[in-house]
Amino acid sequence: MTTPTGVAERLTSLVGALRAHGVRIGTGETVDAARAVEELGLADRELLREGLAATLLHAPGQRQVFDPVFDLYFPRGVGGPEQRPAGREDLRDRLADALAADDRALLGRLAIEAVDGFGGYGSAPESDGWSSYQALERLRPQTLMARVRDTVRGRGGSQGFTDRLLEDEIRRRIETFRALVAAEARRRVAERRGRDEIARRAVAPTADRVDFLFAGQDRLAELRRTVQPLARKLATRLAARRRRASRGAIDLRRTLRGSLSTGGVPMKPVLRRRRPARPELVLLCDVSGSVSGFSDFTMLLVQALHDQFSKVRVFAFVNRIDEVTGLLEHGSADPEGLGARIQAEAAVTGYHGSSDYGMALGEFAERYADAVGSRTTVFVLGDARTNRADPNLPAVRRIAERARRVYWLNPEQRSRWGTGDSVAPAYAELVEMHECRTARQLSALVARLLPV
Amino acid sequence: MFTSVDDVSARLAETGYLASPAVATTVFLADRLGKPLLVEGPAGVGKTELAKAVAEVAGARLVRLQCYEGVDESRALYEWNHAKQLLRISAGRDETWDETRTDIFSEEFLLTRPLLTAIRGDEAKVLLIDETDKADVEVEGLLLEVLSDFQVTVPELGTITATRRPFVVLTSNASRELSEALRRRCLFLHIGFPDEELERRIVRLKVPELDEELARSVVRVVGALRAMDLRKVPSVAETVDWARTLLALGAGTLDETVVQATLGVLLKHQDDLLKASAKLDLDAL
Repeated sequence: MTTPTGVAERLTSLVGALRAHGVRIGTGETVDAARAVEELGLADRELLREGLAATLLHAPGQRQVFDPVFDLYFPRGVGGPEQRPAGREDLRDRLADALAADDRALLGRLAIEAVDGFGGYGSAPESDGWSSYQALERLRPQTLMARVRDTVRGRGGSQGFTDRLLEDEIRRRIETFRALVAAEARRRVAERRGRDEIARRAVAPTADRVDFLFAGQDRLAELRRTVQPLARKLATRLAARRRRASRGAIDLRRTLRGSLSTGGVPMKPVLRRRRPARPELVLLCDVSGSVSGFSDFTMLLVQALHDQFSKVRVFAFVNRIDEVTGLLEHGSADPEGLGARIQAEAAVTGYHGSSDYGMALGEFAERYADAVGSRTTVFVLGDARTNRADPNLPAVRRIAERARRVYWLNPEQRSRWGTGDSVAPAYAELVEMHECRTARQLSALVARLLPV
Repeated sequence: MFTSVDDVSARLAETGYLASPAVATTVFLADRLGKPLLVEGPAGVGKTELAKAVAEVAGARLVRLQCYEGVDESRALYEWNHAKQLLRISAGRDETWDETRTDIFSEEFLLTRPLLTAIRGDEAKVLLIDETDKADVEVEGLLLEVLSDFQVTVPELGTITATRRPFVVLTSNASRELSEALRRRCLFLHIGFPDEELERRIVRLKVPELDEELARSVVRVVGALRAMDLRKVPSVAETVDWARTLLALGAGTLDETVVQATLGVLLKHQDDLLKASAKLDLDAL
């Protein structure tokens, strides 16, 4: 193999970093990647990026992990630009022009200058660092909006109907620039601190591995987009499972009856037809502020699975419990609005606003006892933090006795169960409790636990 | 087949397929490394078209296996022509059963299906396995054997190995998760929506009569729609459809009435229509 040794080494550490982020890459793929490097050469960085992505990755979601890691291991340049950067106003001028022209390459170069000129902090040359936050704070690209808009309009680049799209377009271009600045700052820091460490810490995880409880607003939107196809996937998987489950055991009586015409030789085995089961689902969702991200997704999923089950009933609680099935049916796929509607229309809080599992579960066992029967699978979704109130274990025991199965999905890390006001271990003794922190875990669990 | 990545782009463009750098690079590598190419992406971005374009460029025959729920070995690989075999048996008179048996399981009675067709023979071929995600899991197992060694075992005839490897393209809409093993065998390419400039070139290529300025506006509106949170965002195919519609209507520029009247070409759900109209400040429907 004629790949230069430096590149081979860099490639293996790139693979190592990707593996650390949960991208599964085998040795075969690494070899393929090396062959790709050989075929494509190192001259064109973007070709190299595409080539490595094609050989190393297997799924679209991995791309957002791959790109920043690639930028670290195959950087655009080393060190800073040759000439000293110009002043802040000059850079802003040129940035405004680049945004107006929508010139990606130029934006990339300006991002480098921006970090170089305004992103550095610290005084001593060896202990300083680079911050994209600081660079963007000084440069304030978002305030260029009006100026860029006027420039584009002045040139007659946006007239008539498309003019109303202009602001959003410029906003997206500014977002692109911010991302470029962030990538550049990350690269600079990586040069100083060693790539491997930065690759491990500074790259955001793929959407399906984001912790529900810690997901920020923009990540939430992204997560929602991953949950939607997931629901469809689950539905097909369930359909297949149900199809398979309906064949199997031989119906002896009907086989023998059929064999009468062939003199008692069972020519055609008749398979027992299962009575179509009518699985029922009851969900108890904690919708208090602390777990809101989590319950939104679960409800979206439930909504998507609605057709799969003859009966889904959803209850929401904070310290009082109320049925919200009706709200789910009318609502389109809009968990944001849904959360607000539940808060507004359902009686989920009593005298105070913090969650109380004991009270809510007790109320459920009393008021909605008839919702749970021998065919019902109950899912409880929540972090089991009672704010020091009585966990009301008898109520849970009563629900568990009536239902076919009870599962508890807890969005908290297993190691934190039982710390502070969490009574998770006590509940876990009565019902099966699973850690469910990410969309990936959620999909795996729901697929495994849902009744056929 | 290709000399460089630029060569790929240039020759694909000749057939009317404008490839992004990512597409061109991956096609080049798939050819050089001799690996199948798994193409994923939303509907209507040109996954199937890519296979057709590669076939045209290479002067190869396109063999297509359209997957669906229930597609099986006899549909994908080969089948024995039972009717013809029966004829042969009843036509044969003075021979032993052994002779007949060896005869009826020979090439003459074999009905090759796409996978076997793609492997046999010396001519250049492009094998397109379309909508792989629609097929059952069992078929994936079959593909594993075919795609890793390019060989197929027919019990009566023995193992048939490809003398000339076909260029393989698998497409998937990701409605079912493909197995890790299958993904490993392939180069992976995700075709997303093209950037503004590329899409404008595609529109100009497919609808050459369209005015340059209008094409620009069309692409910008579609870009704005894709940035909205819609149930189904418009694909490239729909952009082209819209361009054709505008041309047919004789619309010279975009204005509220025209967009309002033709938005249905781009958006296929009522909620999306309402949402987009509100965002674009069109009058309520």
